[in-house]
Amino acid sequence: MSDLVDVCALTDLEPERGVGALLGGHQVAVFRLADDTVRAVQQLDPYSGANVIARGLVGTTRVAQDDGPERDVATVTTPMLKQVWNLETGAVIDSGGKPKKPLAVFRAEVRDGRVLVADAPEAPVEA
Amino acid sequence: MSPTSRSLLDGENIVVIGGGMTAHRLAESLQQQDPDGTWSLTVIGDEPFEPYDRVHLSEWFAHRDAGALAMDLEVWQDPRTTLITGDSVAALDRKAGVVTTRSGHQVSYDRAVLATGSWAWTPRAEGTDLPGAFTYRTMADVERIEEWVRLRGKALGRQVRGVVVGGGVLGLEAAAALQSLGAAATVVEFTDYLMSAQLDQGGGEMLRLLVEDLGMTIRTGVGATRFLPAGDGPVGTAELSDGSSLPADVVVFSVGIRPRDRVARESGLAIGERGGVVVGRSCQTSDPAVWAIGECASFDGVTAGLIAPGNDMADVVVDRFLGGERVHSRVDEGTKLKGVGSVDAASFGDVNALGAGALEVSFVDPIHRQYRKLVVSDDAKTLLGGVFVGDIELYAALRPLLGRPLGADPAAVIAPDGGGAVDLELPDDAVVCSCQNVTAGTVRGAVTEHGCTTIGQVKECTKAGTVCGSCVPALTKLLNAELEKSGVEVSDALCEHFAMSRAELFRIISEEDLGTFSEVVAAHGTGRGCAICRPTVASILSSLTGRHLLEGEASALQDTNDHVMANMQRNGTYSVIPRMPGGEVRPEQLLEFAQVAQDYGLYVHITGAQRLGMFGAQLGDLPDIWRRLVAVGFESGHAYGKSLRNIKTCVGQMWCRFGVQDSTTMAVKLEMRYRGLRSPHKLKFGVSGCARECAEARGKDVGIIATHKGWNLYIGGNGGANPVHAQLLVEDVDDEHLVKYIDRYLMLYIREADRLQRTAPWVAEREGGLDELRRVIVEDSLGIGEELEAAVQEHVDCYEDEWKVTLEDPEQLKKFVTFINAPGVADPDLAFVPERGQIRPAGEADPITYHDPRAARDAATATPQETR
Repeated sequence: MSDLVDVCALTDLEPERGVGALLGGHQVAVFRLADDTVRAVQQLDPYSGANVIARGLVGTTRVAQDDGPERDVATVTTPMLKQVWNLETGAVIDSGGKPKKPLAVFRAEVRDGRVLVADAPEAPVEA
Repeated sequence: MSPTSRSLLDGENIVVIGGGMTAHRLAESLQQQDPDGTWSLTVIGDEPFEPYDRVHLSEWFAHRDAGALAMDLEVWQDPRTTLITGDSVAALDRKAGVVTTRSGHQVSYDRAVLATGSWAWTPRAEGTDLPGAFTYRTMADVERIEEWVRLRGKALGRQVRGVVVGGGVLGLEAAAALQSLGAAATVVEFTDYLMSAQLDQGGGEMLRLLVEDLGMTIRTGVGATRFLPAGDGPVGTAELSDGSSLPADVVVFSVGIRPRDRVARESGLAIGERGGVVVGRSCQTSDPAVWAIGECASFDGVTAGLIAPGNDMADVVVDRFLGGERVHSRVDEGTKLKGVGSVDAASFGDVNALGAGALEVSFVDPIHRQYRKLVVSDDAKTLLGGVFVGDIELYAALRPLLGRPLGADPAAVIAPDGGGAVDLELPDDAVVCSCQNVTAGTVRGAVTEHGCTTIGQVKECTKAGTVCGSCVPALTKLLNAELEKSGVEVSDALCEHFAMSRAELFRIISEEDLGTFSEVVAAHGTGRGCAICRPTVASILSSLTGRHLLEGEASALQDTNDHVMANMQRNGTYSVIPRMPGGEVRPEQLLEFAQVAQDYGLYVHITGAQRLGMFGAQLGDLPDIWRRLVAVGFESGHAYGKSLRNIKTCVGQMWCRFGVQDSTTMAVKLEMRYRGLRSPHKLKFGVSGCARECAEARGKDVGIIATHKGWNLYIGGNGGANPVHAQLLVEDVDDEHLVKYIDRYLMLYIREADRLQRTAPWVAEREGGLDELRRVIVEDSLGIGEELEAAVQEHVDCYEDEWKVTLEDPEQLKKFVTFINAPGVADPDLAFVPERGQIRPAGEADPITYHDPRAARDAATATPQETR
């Protein structure tokens, strides 16, 4: 089980942008969304091999759910070759025609104005 | 695409004999088409590598690294697939259904596929087995040639002199490879001209001029009869059939290939008259359980020496395995020379007009080294063949028309600047994506048969556009045309969040006076946008309001390049490129520039845009670097933005003997006016001081050429993947009118163009074309001239250097940090290696790497590196 680590204050983050963080052996990309919640995924872009995911643009995409109406989920696009991932699950949304390579997701939350991120990734989900 | 129920192959063992490109294609295609099948596939190759891209073998010399030729390795990760390398099949026992390898390994099969390829023929002559004589076929060959030239050069203490026997495509590639290793190269060709199997005599002669320009020596009409050793043993001299001889420290044979059919022959399979395993249209051999693909297969009595038929055969076999009925057929693929400097030559069809009544129409220009010939039917209507040397732009457009109506006067098609007149719908077999070899028909099929409706789906379905991306505009055109045909309304939506085009969005934002992305997306979009619409809206807002692009909410709209005002490089570091208007830089600025590069260990390069750049800067260092540059008067060069990059110019009347206007001063003036102006794509200008056109202005979005009376203004040119010459908008105008017209043209483009549409296609596709634009810009037919000029003037008045503003704002500076919880720590995964006294990012093959770029550079200067 992972531990939550204090990374920074929420106000240190720009809305709808990411920043890199170093958590033990992991480089993590931490994002503050428009609703002031936070998300964290691996910083390594699996397509380019560079640690740049935090510098990608965030946005949303509309996904169909198994039951119920469509909803918007947060996304990030790598600045390198523009592949897109679901920030909630790490699943690939647009691989640009390449094989799908998901991102590891780190649990992240805001508590008393501080951003806390898990020091180890969650178990991978099915892409 | 894939069978939904049980696969026909379930439980079967398939063995592929041979581990080259077609084996790779077969494995990849089978996995994709039968993702759930429970078969097992064993591929046995004798080379000690995973299958690699042999077609581009010559590219090995550019990198000296096997990785440059790598093909997708994930194919070998599939648990159903086993790859055996460095072992070959010695025997095929068809009765028992077992293959035995040289090392004694046995694999039983239900179906076997021969994919053994071919071997390079060596002429029967004395001395062809001397050390220093090579063939040119495999990765091992090129590695041995490189080692030999290097060591032989050291032993001889002078330049190595090479002889290539065979003046075909591969022979010329081998000669270019020898030159790239520092050796001299003489090509000996037995027939009367180069590439005689593909070109006609005229084309061959033009090609000779081109390769002689590269420093090669060409001897045609002679053969090599004997090779004699030098005093110390290895080859030293080649004797030719005319009695002359050539010094030959290294010899490369490239005189043709022969199918590798021994295993098939010994197993009793039918063999073609000229070698090769006989196959039918299903690619089955005389034994229905054995198939053959690629260069080892004889189809219609012929073995193919190209990759395209091999790939098609692999696809046929997979389709048949899964119950399909696809058949192989041979189409004229044409041939293209590659890997010989910038020399281009290509041909297709009946190049020598041997068919009854065939007519030849040719254009020969030995000064510009161009040769174009079309072969047409006796009524000049049907295209039968073509030869292109020097300039092969027409090849791709015309080859698919082989055997069909040309649709135009052949002379007009090949005349200088005539090619533009030919605008025909691409036939189904026209290759649109040459990286992945995907045809227009396949792209159309992706729409009509597989239901693709977006460019992303087309890419995923066909793989087209996934390598270099330069064909994406062509793919988009095909996709839209197909969608229109099938009655689907073609959406010009920007992305899933905005249902309108960029031009429409520009109009809405302007009319409703919206100021932030949140306002725009709330009123006219959905969700919170994406990497397409966010920067587009940012660019529109910046063009309309002239506000600093990192102000407030706008900061979250910018791609990282615009966000940190630097251009991201492949390893996540950035380039630093200050503006040098008109290519001018003062010595004291240059001193500080050099000192910054020295202090941070950055790589220095003169960019393609007539200015200096530093590469390898880390995110956290950008503010300090720029503070020092700003202090000596540098400002942002916008090398990261979709905006004006630079204005290329010559020294004009100021210094040059020929200059008729002061082009440098004009270039500086224009660069200061339009710097920072955000646009749908990057903008490049050129200003030449006389008609000699040293600034290559006609290759730019805005081209200005001095005349005795003033300036000629050209618009809509560009370089890049699809070069276009700018067209003359107006002649002999004075300074004031020049600026006025450029203002109107640029602002009109910014308002109307699509996202990432450069000026050339915008001009070409705009209704009424250039003439209508001239009416709007020069004659002010719409009465919007003043409005457009005012919009530019507002930009000029509001302009501030983005870096200067950022450096003064502590809030803005916060984001220049690699780790928010560890300020000052650099990305520990960054690694650099020395290269020619500077640094470059480390690759996977580099044994020694340095985390600190300065250490990498110092390692370079401490011990001079041997040429890699």
